[in-house]
Amino acid sequence: MGIKIGSPSFKERVQEGVENEFMRSAVSSAQGRFRNGRLNAAEELGNWEEWRSLGEEIRSHTLENLDYYLEQLSEQVAKRGGHVFFAETAEDANRYIQEVVKKRDGKKVVKSKSMVTEEISLNEALEEVGVEVVETDLGEWILQLDEEPPSHIVAPAVHMNKEQIRDTFSEKKGYGASSQPEELALFAREQLRQEFLTADIGITGCNFAVAESGTVTLVTNEGNAEMVTALPDTLITVMGMERLVPTWEEMEVLVSLLTRAAVGQKLTSYITSITGTRLDGEVDGPEAFHLVIVDNGRSKILGTEFQSALHCIRCAACINVCPVYRHVGGHAYGSIYPGPIGAVLTPLLDGYEDHQELPYASTLCAACTDACPVKIPLHEHLIRHRQIIAEEQERGPKTEKWMMKGYAKWASTPAAYKMSSKMARTALKPWTRDEYISNGPGPLKGWTEVRDFPAPEKENFRSWFKNRKKGDE
Amino acid sequence: MAIYQRESFLNRLADRMGRARRTEAVERPKWNHQPQHRVLSGLSQDDLVEVLEKQCAVIHTVFRQTSSSSLADVLKEVIASYGGKQLITAKDARNETFGLDQLYHQLRADGVETHVWEAEKGKENQVIAERADIGITFSDMTLAESGTVVLFHDKNHGRSISLLPQNYIAIIPKSTLVPRYTQMAEKVHRQIESGQAVGSYVSLITGPSNSADIEMKLIVGVHGPVHATYIVVEDR
Repeated sequence: MGIKIGSPSFKERVQEGVENEFMRSAVSSAQGRFRNGRLNAAEELGNWEEWRSLGEEIRSHTLENLDYYLEQLSEQVAKRGGHVFFAETAEDANRYIQEVVKKRDGKKVVKSKSMVTEEISLNEALEEVGVEVVETDLGEWILQLDEEPPSHIVAPAVHMNKEQIRDTFSEKKGYGASSQPEELALFAREQLRQEFLTADIGITGCNFAVAESGTVTLVTNEGNAEMVTALPDTLITVMGMERLVPTWEEMEVLVSLLTRAAVGQKLTSYITSITGTRLDGEVDGPEAFHLVIVDNGRSKILGTEFQSALHCIRCAACINVCPVYRHVGGHAYGSIYPGPIGAVLTPLLDGYEDHQELPYASTLCAACTDACPVKIPLHEHLIRHRQIIAEEQERGPKTEKWMMKGYAKWASTPAAYKMSSKMARTALKPWTRDEYISNGPGPLKGWTEVRDFPAPEKENFRSWFKNRKKGDE
Repeated sequence: MAIYQRESFLNRLADRMGRARRTEAVERPKWNHQPQHRVLSGLSQDDLVEVLEKQCAVIHTVFRQTSSSSLADVLKEVIASYGGKQLITAKDARNETFGLDQLYHQLRADGVETHVWEAEKGKENQVIAERADIGITFSDMTLAESGTVVLFHDKNHGRSISLLPQNYIAIIPKSTLVPRYTQMAEKVHRQIESGQAVGSYVSLITGPSNSADIEMKLIVGVHGPVHATYIVVEDR
C-alpha cells in the first residue's frame, strides 16, 4: 500500500471526505467515544500530567540513545535464538521477509495489525512471491476484503457502517446473516480461526520492544495477535526503529499511557510479551523468530528539530481530538498516518513534494498537543512545517507570494491604505444585500461560497476614531 | 543466530545525531516523575480483592470468591454454568495443592473430557485446546487496578489453554494480587538484572476478548475467549 493513499489531489480527497455524510457522522461519534474514554481514564488516574511528563522523559532518553538501545536489543534477541535484520529501506525489509518466507516454504501468512507493514507495502511484496496474506484484526480484515486503506491508526475501518461490512462479507465470503455487529464478529471468528490453524507464518508489528531482554510486546483486544504469535512455527516481527524502551519498567509505563490514551482502557484485553523462540519442550510460540527493524526515512528526522515526532507511540489521541480530521476523515490526508501526527510525520518520511498541504490541514488549536500522552508539540511542528514550506522550500503558491508583495506595498503606503478603506463599501456595493455579501468577487469568492461576508461599515475605523475623540472633548 | 546490516544502520543513526556511536556507558536515568508507584499503594490484600471485584464489572468478567476448601465446588459450578464438556488446564503444582487433581479425576469419571497439558504430546496439546470449550489456569500474578491475570507460560503451560476455548476460568490465589502492572514489570526487571532469563511467552489477560472495530460498538468475544470468570481463592 505504501504511505501514500487515495487520489493525488488534496482538494479532491477533502471534497470526497466532506461529502461523505455517513463517514463524517461515524467519525465524529467515534471521536467522542475515544475522547471521553481518554478523559475518564486520565481523571481516574488523578495525576495524568505527571504520567505524561514521565512518558516524555522516557521517550526523549530512548531516542537520544537509540543506537545504544538498538544494539542491546539485537544482542538480546540473538541470544534467545532470534534473527535480527536492520532494514534501511522498505525494499530492504520486504526482500528479507520474502527470503525468510521462501526459506521456510511458507504458503500462508496470518498478520496482526501493523502500521509499519502498511507503510512498507509488505502485503503486496508477499503476494508478489505467491504467498497468501490474511489480515486478522477485525477492522483490517474488513478493509482487506473491501480493498480499502485504513482511515484511522487504531480503528482502521471507522469510516464504514455495519451494512457496508455485511455487504462486503456476503460478497467476498458468502456471509448470510444480519448486520448485527455481534453476528458479523462471530462470522469473522469462525472464518479466521481456520486461517490461524492452517497458516505457517505469523507476522506482527511491535508496540514496544524491550532492549534489556530482547522482548517484543503487543497490545491488543481481539486476541488475534496471540493466535499469530502462538500458533505458526515461524514468526516475523516488523518494527519501526524507534519503537523501543530500555527496560520492562519503562515498557509498563508506556503501555499504561498507550491503552488509556488510545481507548480509555486501564489495560487492553491482551498484552503479550514474546522473547525469542519457544524453549525446549514448549509447544506454543515460534520455532523460528525474525525481528526486522525498519528505518525507511526515520533517521532523517533524528538530530533535527522534529526529533520528538519519533516519540509517537501510535495511540491516535491527537487524531481523536482534531476538528479537521472530524470533518474530512482519515482518507483525505492521503497518507496511512492521518490526523495531526500524520500531518507532521508524513512530509518528514515521504518528503514535502507530495504532502505539502498536510501541515495546513490544521486549525492550530493545539488540542492535539494537549492530548498527546508523551507531550509531542504537534501544532508547533505543524507551524514549523509551514514556515519551511513557505520560506525555505519556496513552495507557497505563486499568486499568494505576488499578492503578499502587493499587500505589503499597499499597506505600507498610508495614502493608498486610507483611500481603499474608504472606497471598500462603494466598490463592493454591487454584491451587497442587506449589509452582507453572499457571492463576492475575486478573492472573496472562496469565502462566500460557504458563508456570508459582512459588508464594510459606512464609516471606517480611522474616521470613527477621529469623530469619537472630537465628541468626547 | 544472525544479526544483519547492523553496523551501517547504527552508524548512520549516530551520524544523524551528530555524535560518535554510543556502544556503552548509557545509564538509564532516575526519572523525575514516578507516579506509577503511588497507585493503590498501601492497600491490604483484602482491599486489592475489592478493587479487582469492581474492575471485573468493567471488563465483562464474572467475579467469584471462595475459601480454599470450597474451591473445587465453586470451580465445578462455574464449569457447569458454561456447559463444559471438554476442559483443558495447565500442568501446575497448584492443582494438587488446591485439590483440583481430585476434581478433574471426578469430572473425567462423569464424562467430562479433562486434559492436563503434557509437554511430551507436543502439538496434540494445541489440537485438544482448539476442541475444548473451557480453558482453566492459575494466575501467576494478578493486577488489581486493571483486573489482569499474568501468566508466565512454559512447557507445562501453553498459551493455547487460555486462548483457543470459548470460555476462560482464572483461579487467583489471593497472595498473587499486586496493585498494578508496575509491580509485575519491576519483578521481571529485577529477574533480568540478576541474570535470570525471562520466559519466552508472557501474557497479560484482562477479561474476554473484544473489539470495537464495527461502528465503535463494543463486541465481547472475538478471536480469544468470549466469556471469562475469575475465582479468587484464599491461599493454602
